[in-house]
Order: sequence, then structure tokens, then C-alpha cells
Amino acid sequence: MSAIAVKPSPAGKILWAAIAIVGAWCLGVVALRRGEPINAIWLVAAAIAVFVIGYRFYGKFINDKVLCMDPTRATPAVLRNDGLDYVPTDKWVVFGHHFAAIAGAGPLVGPVLAAQMGYLPGTLWILFGVVFAGAVQDFMILGLSVRRDGRSLGNMLRDELGPVAGVVAMFGVLVLMMIVLAVLALVVVKALTHSPWGTFTVAATIPIALLMGVYLRWLRPGKILEVSIIGLVLLLASIWFGSHVAASPTWSAVFDFDAKSLAWLLIAYGFCASVLPVWLLLAPRDYLSTFLKIGTILLLALAIFLAAPTLQMPAVTKFIDGTGPVFQGNLFPFLFITIACGAVSGWHSIIASGTTPKLLASEGEARMVGYGGMLMEAFVAIMALVAAASLHPGVYFAMNSPSALIGTTAQQAATTISQWGFVVTPDELLNTAKNIGESSVLSRAGGAPTLAVGMAQLLHGIIPGEGMMAFWYHYAILFEALFILTTVDAGTRVGRFMIQEIAGLVHKPLQHTESWTGNLLATAICVGLWGYFLYQGAVDPLGGINTLWPLFGIANQMLAAVALMLATVVTVKLKRERYVLVPGIPAIWLVVCTLTAGWEKLSGPISFTAAAQKYAQAAADGKLLAPAKTVEEMQRIVTNNYVDAALTGIFMLLILTMLGFAIRSIVKAWGINHPTAHEEPYVALASVSTSH
Amino acid sequence: MTMKANLQAFRKWAVQTARLCCGVPDYDVYVKHLREHHPERSVPTYAEFFRERQIARYKGTGGRCC
Repeated sequence: MSAIAVKPSPAGKILWAAIAIVGAWCLGVVALRRGEPINAIWLVAAAIAVFVIGYRFYGKFINDKVLCMDPTRATPAVLRNDGLDYVPTDKWVVFGHHFAAIAGAGPLVGPVLAAQMGYLPGTLWILFGVVFAGAVQDFMILGLSVRRDGRSLGNMLRDELGPVAGVVAMFGVLVLMMIVLAVLALVVVKALTHSPWGTFTVAATIPIALLMGVYLRWLRPGKILEVSIIGLVLLLASIWFGSHVAASPTWSAVFDFDAKSLAWLLIAYGFCASVLPVWLLLAPRDYLSTFLKIGTILLLALAIFLAAPTLQMPAVTKFIDGTGPVFQGNLFPFLFITIACGAVSGWHSIIASGTTPKLLASEGEARMVGYGGMLMEAFVAIMALVAAASLHPGVYFAMNSPSALIGTTAQQAATTISQWGFVVTPDELLNTAKNIGESSVLSRAGGAPTLAVGMAQLLHGIIPGEGMMAFWYHYAILFEALFILTTVDAGTRVGRFMIQEIAGLVHKPLQHTESWTGNLLATAICVGLWGYFLYQGAVDPLGGINTLWPLFGIANQMLAAVALMLATVVTVKLKRERYVLVPGIPAIWLVVCTLTAGWEKLSGPISFTAAAQKYAQAAADGKLLAPAKTVEEMQRIVTNNYVDAALTGIFMLLILTMLGFAIRSIVKAWGINHPTAHEEPYVALASVSTSH
Repeated sequence: MTMKANLQAFRKWAVQTARLCCGVPDYDVYVKHLREHHPERSVPTYAEFFRERQIARYKGTGGRCC
């Protein structure tokens, strides 16, 4: 079945031993050196060594023993070749496509937030999380889907765990998506609050995209590259022009919004954008953001290699005890919830069972695309961590702590943060703001602004110049905002289809995606759902990200746990029980993390319930707690926290239900002495190629 | 392989990958597929093919991550 094992040559053995020694040395420097700051290159080198070794040995082990990928077996792309969705494609092209689909804003946000505990905890979780959990999930789901005609995660769950399990999981995906959209939109809100420059450039992307859409539709149909270059030039021009907008008192007032107004604008945008025809706004924006994303990742990598920054953040800060300002909770389980994408992300299981399995020309290429693609994403997460950790820790905490803790002036913030042990002066904070062309850097949580400042400083170190730092900062903000808004638009559409499908069960005509009534109604429901959480984040006492990011992390890791449970069940059903721990251990780990985090968010000092009670108690005593200014606002905060608590409860219930289904299937399959998995029958690749 | 051939291969890879990232598969491959397996069907122009794919991309469960 498996590929014939090639005996490693002596030279190969020496090479791998050398990589292992160098990797261990770098990792030792990263982990053990204390007191003196280390250079980021150590961290990057350690990451590369771990990834290469993980790919060569653990990835290959999964390939040969657990999935038994067979290059002689025809893939769905070969069997069902239709020239459109199912096409046998060059492995590098599939790799590029898969990476572009999985890499998003997630790996750039989580590691930045987790940097509050120092760079070491986040680094170790990314490195070992990806090798033993994240890449295993992506690769195994891809492998399973390839053996099942490229079926989706939902369909595979239905086949292998039963119809109810499939429905429960799909409900979970819908809720996860609403939280994802809300949190990502909140990242944009946090980045653009009282930033006329940023708001102007992001707003300018709308007419630019419309122009591109028209160009692509009528003037030069299908010329993606050409139109993307035009779009890019216009975008860069809008960044440059944005500085003039920010400098003009009249125009800066027009683009100066508070968090609440921005939330409403995004909600309105989400609704309009997702009912317009795709070619007009969504598609051109999507092209632009895809290319910009890849370009920016390359730029970040180049900047880190050339600038080789020193990590100013300590390896471990005192905030591992759970008292951190960026997010609440102890290292376990909250580090593993905060860094989701980059270490292990449930969302990838949807992509690994989406378009990618329909493109693989050979099963032998699944490891490179599935396992390798995820390692690349982890590398992006490491770079984001480096960018955050190379900032002055005082600036980092000023940017990521809620104003409820550090106040609203540079003076207050500098005093508070210096008391935490990260000595910073008000002037340093004001100067950072001035350098990036903003009035304030305080409380801009959400990852994007921190990463933007980090990137701006790195790039400025390489290409100095007056005002260049402000340009790079707004470039980085624009890149993330553009990408997130595309996700919001596309996600709202997907959510709409899901809601229409559910509504169709009640009233058939609502199912027609062409019907305007059903269409508008479902869009309104979808936007209302994520909009509720977005607005909640905008008025949240702790700034929103602090409250909503754990909810997102729990949901995303829940989906990863479900995907790994599927992989575990199938491994047993194929009678490969001896390898059950390969997907089993990460599945159990994620179940433990999500349930513990969920429990701490339900009861105890950092729970949503405690926050609700605090505000309810104050309201009963006739007191007002910031940021609420009226009794109604107090009430709203109470309700919001109870909604979050209820949602956490739903996620926990969902994961326990899925765990029940998984255990039932495992027990049943263990007792049967022949394979019971629903694989498509073997067809030899050779037989298809000749007959076609 | 010569330098020029290498560059050409890279260019082909880059264009194909970039298009696929936007949900547009290789047009030549599709035309070849139609000619070989469905000679009775008319071959769409690149513009028609592009439009059809553009709409198809956003119909399913989406292909993007957080």
C-alpha cells in the first residue's frame, strides 16, 4: 500500500542530524537565554528547523502509516475531471492555491495578543502545536477527503459519525462564522477609530474596487493581473493622499469616527456589499486582497531577515499568571485558545475538504499541500510574533491594553505600564504615534495596529526616509482591513446561503437564492447576527477584543477538535488502531482546552457571568461603571455578557455532543474486525490515464 | 533546462497559481478537456469562461480562512 521505504543514504543521515543539532541549539537559545535580549533570527532559525524535521519525519510517518497515501491510486481530480472544479493540477500550483486560501488575518492577530505572556509561550505552542496538531489536522482531513470524492467536512461527518453529528457540526460552523466575522470586523474598528488617514484609505478601496469591477466586466474581461496592478497603484496613491486628508482640518473631521459609528458603517457596508453582484465589488476586492496578502507576507519575511530585529519583549512575562491586560486567563488554557490560526485552526478543515482535494493529481502530493501548507501558515504566525515582540514592550502594552486599565492619556498609560515593570515614558508613546501619523496609539487592540507598527519599524529600518514609517503603518492597516472586509463580504454571503437553506426547511420559497425576498431577509438575519457581536465589542468595557477573542478562539478550536475527532474515528474504522493517538492526542488536547476555557468563561472571576453580575450589582446600587454613561448602557453590558455566556455554553454542549458521537463510533468500529470506513473503491491511476 | 525555459516555467506557474487563487482555473486545460471529451459542446471564450467562474466561486461555502 504505502510507498516503498527508501533507505536513507549516509549523507542524508548526516544532513538530518545536522539540521536537528542546529535546530536544537537555536531552540535552546530561544528557550533558555534570560536577562539579555536575543535576536529574532534565533527564533526564525529554530522554527525552520522544527518545521523541516516535522515535515520530513512526522509528516512522512502520517503519510505512510496513518493515511497510507498511495501514489498509484487515482484521485478525484483524475476520476471526475471536468476541467473546472475537478482538475489534476501541478502540485506547486495546488500548494499556492491552498496556502492563499488558509492564510488569513487569524495568524497575524493571535500571536500578537499572546505576546503579552512573552515570546516563548507563543513560540513553543506555534512550533509544537503545528507539527503535532494543526498540520496533522489539515493533512488528515485533506487525505480523507481525497479518498471520498473530495467531500466536505460536513458530509464526511455525516457518513462516518452519523446524520445527527453532521447537522450539529454544521450548526457549529454557522455560529463560528458569525463570531469570526464579528471579531474580524472589530479588528478593523479598533484600527480605524479616530484615524482619519486609515479610514480614508479603507473607504477609498470601495470606489477602487468598483472601478476594477467595471474594468474587468466590460473593458478588459478576465485580465486579472492587469486590473490588480491598476488597483494596487490606486491603493498606494490613496495611502499617500490619506496623509493630506489627515492634515486638513475639514477633511480629517469627515473621516474621523468613534468605534460605535464605525461599527454601524461596517454593518451597513456588509449588508450592501453582500447583495450586490459579485463581479462589481466582492471579486475585484478579493483579487486585490489575495495578492496584497501574499505580497505583504513576503515583505514581512524579507524585512525580518534583513532587519534581524532584537526581541525586546522578555521571553516570559509575569502575565502568565492570568493577570494580563490584553486577554484574561492563565497560560493554560488561554494561550492555546488565543493562538488558534497559526498553531491549529478548525477553519482549515473546511478548506482542506473544499476545493483543494479536487485539484490533487496524486495522493503522493497531499503531504506537501496539507502538512506543508500549514507549516507555512505557522511560519507567518512566527513572523507576526517576532514583529510584536520586537516592539518596545511599553508601546506594545499601551497599544493592546483596554483604556479601562491604562486610561486615555499618554501620561496615565505610561505611569500604569511602567508600574507593571515595562518602563516607558509618555514621550515614547507620543513619538510612536507621531511617527506613524496618528494622534494616539493607546488601546488599539486587535493585532492589526501592533503588527502594523512592528512592520513599519522593521521596514523603516531597511528603507529609511522622512514620513516613510507613517506610510508603512497605513499600508499594513490597509492590507489587513482590505482582507478582512473581503472576508466579511464573502462570509456574509456564505452565511446567507446557510440561513436560506435552514429557512427553506420551514418555508420552501425562501430557499431560492435568486429570490430577492429570501435573499434580503437572509442577508439581514446574517448581518444582524454578526453585527450584534460587533456592536457589542464596540461598546464593551474592556474594549471588545479582550471579551470576544476568547469566544472566537473557543469556537475555532472546537471545530478543530471536531475535525480531529473525525480523523480519529476514521483511523479506527480503517482498523489502524495502533495509530489512533496521532489524531487522538491533539483531539483530546483541544477538547480539554476548549472545555476548560469555556468553563472559566462561564463561572469564576474572569467569566462573562461575573462581569454581568458586577454590572448588574452596580446598576442595582444605582452606580454607573465606565464606559456606561446611562442605566440603559449598564443593562446592555449585562445582557451582552449573558449572551456571551450562553454562547460559550452552546459551544461546550456542542463539543460534548460531538465527543459522544465520536466515542460511540470508535467503540463500535473497534469491535468489528474489518474496515468500516466509507472510502471510495481503489482505482489504479494507470488504468484511468490510459482510458482517458 | 536553460535559464529562459526556467523563467517561462516559473511565469506559467505564477500566472496559473495567481488565477487559481482567485477561483479561475486554467482556461487552456478546460478547452482541451472540452475538445477531448465533449466535442459537441461549444467552447466558451475566455471572457465567458471567466464570468462563469467568477460567479461560481462565491456560490459554495467559500474558500477562505479567518
